[in-house]
Amino acid sequence: MVVPTTFTVNDTHQQLDLDPRESLLDVLRERLRITGPKKGCDQGHCGACTVHLDGQRVLSCLTPAVQVEGRHVTTIEGISGPGGGLHPLQEAFIENDALQCGYCTPGQIMSGIACIAEGNAGTDDDIREYMSGNVCRCGAYPGIVAAIRQCAHRTEAS
Amino acid sequence: MLPFTYFRPRTLDEAIEALRAGGESTKLLAGGTTLYDMMKIGVEAPAAVVDIHLLRELDHLEVRAGELVIGAGARMSAVSAHPEVRRLFPAVSESLWRSASQQLRNMATIGGNLMQRTRCAYFRGGVPYPCNKRDPGTGCAARDGVDGGMAVLGTSDDCIATYPGDLAVALVAFDAVVDVLGPDGARSLPVAQLRPLPGDTPHVEHVLRPGEVITQVRLPITAVAAKSAYLKIRPRESYAFAFASAAVGLVLAGSPAEAAVIECRIALGGVSTVPWRAAAAEQWLIGRPLTEDAARTAGEIAMRGAEPGRANAFKVELGVHTVAQSLLSLSRSES
Repeated sequence: MVVPTTFTVNDTHQQLDLDPRESLLDVLRERLRITGPKKGCDQGHCGACTVHLDGQRVLSCLTPAVQVEGRHVTTIEGISGPGGGLHPLQEAFIENDALQCGYCTPGQIMSGIACIAEGNAGTDDDIREYMSGNVCRCGAYPGIVAAIRQCAHRTEAS
Repeated sequence: MLPFTYFRPRTLDEAIEALRAGGESTKLLAGGTTLYDMMKIGVEAPAAVVDIHLLRELDHLEVRAGELVIGAGARMSAVSAHPEVRRLFPAVSESLWRSASQQLRNMATIGGNLMQRTRCAYFRGGVPYPCNKRDPGTGCAARDGVDGGMAVLGTSDDCIATYPGDLAVALVAFDAVVDVLGPDGARSLPVAQLRPLPGDTPHVEHVLRPGEVITQVRLPITAVAAKSAYLKIRPRESYAFAFASAAVGLVLAGSPAEAAVIECRIALGGVSTVPWRAAAAEQWLIGRPLTEDAARTAGEIAMRGAEPGRANAFKVELGVHTVAQSLLSLSRSES
């Protein structure tokens, strides 16, 4: 079965004939060659595939791609400013040494941006609770919490 | 994953008709976090999927006529953060934000959560593990397997799979009702009756009739629900299924020194095959001061009848403590 599906990814219009079995993650990576979202567990456990759907963070591995009909998908490739510079949370990750191997980082950052926007980054405990869906095999958690805290405070101050 | 037919109805009536016409091999898809996951691992293989995730008829949330009404399509994150849910039913809000991760809560719906299937590793594992829930009559691999996470209450010879959800535990504690709509019209039933005990038919996981859709959950607004909490004990601090959990509500009266229990609600999760209301423990507490001893006794009554296996006996004592601690914390926060 083929389902014609129209949606946007990072403000670019997409029209694809999808098999309803395809996950959003596979469509992004294998069809559109947007490889920022990572395939970690492919079962909704690790958070490496986190993207924004109409501004809310979701797991692209557990989203059937046909469900994004008419909706807006944002990946790590779509968060830079108009000038192409880094997003403030990307800057904060670098400043706070919030990664080692980097495989979970796109998911961490997409989740972190949403965590701040939701208002769930007020305390370190809140950050840990609301970032618990993003696993880091390298154990860079202290840096990740510090980066999100710093970015949240700067966002609040600006 | 086997191929399937995908249908996106525009109305609830279209969805019900598609379910009725498709029969048992047609499944409802909402957030996808359970069904699509299980299709990926091969435990579910529907011939057709009816996608209701964008049906506007299901995403309401409102207070009306002494009730909180939550649409079956409302997202877990939205319900958890809703000011009226937090004010009137703290235990419901807590049970939601202590479930899963924020990404999953942004996807998963209230109706889908109630229909969530067990996380038993042998059920999910597929072949070569026998499982009476997945393949009736094949046996239970968990009985002689790694049973540390399995249930101790409501089990049978054929199944010891733990009910994994949190929300339903809180809903059962506060007498929630689900409204369903199907080919034969509308009806309502208590959430407590939605899931039968496994008995010798563990593959029968709910009492919905073919073609029926959960449309909303209704919760009566009460004083005891407004003074409630959800305590979840798990292998790590966040983003894990419960070893034991308790939804409790408490109304006390009298001087702070010897306040007696006027009303209480206790339900357990993580230790049982279905969301477990502990009515006998509630009854026993009525009229008594909530001392540490009384809280512990209530926990013991709640866990009465537990039948541990080899590695999950810890859940009996943990269940007792979870009930006791949740009651005592709640009484301290109230006084």
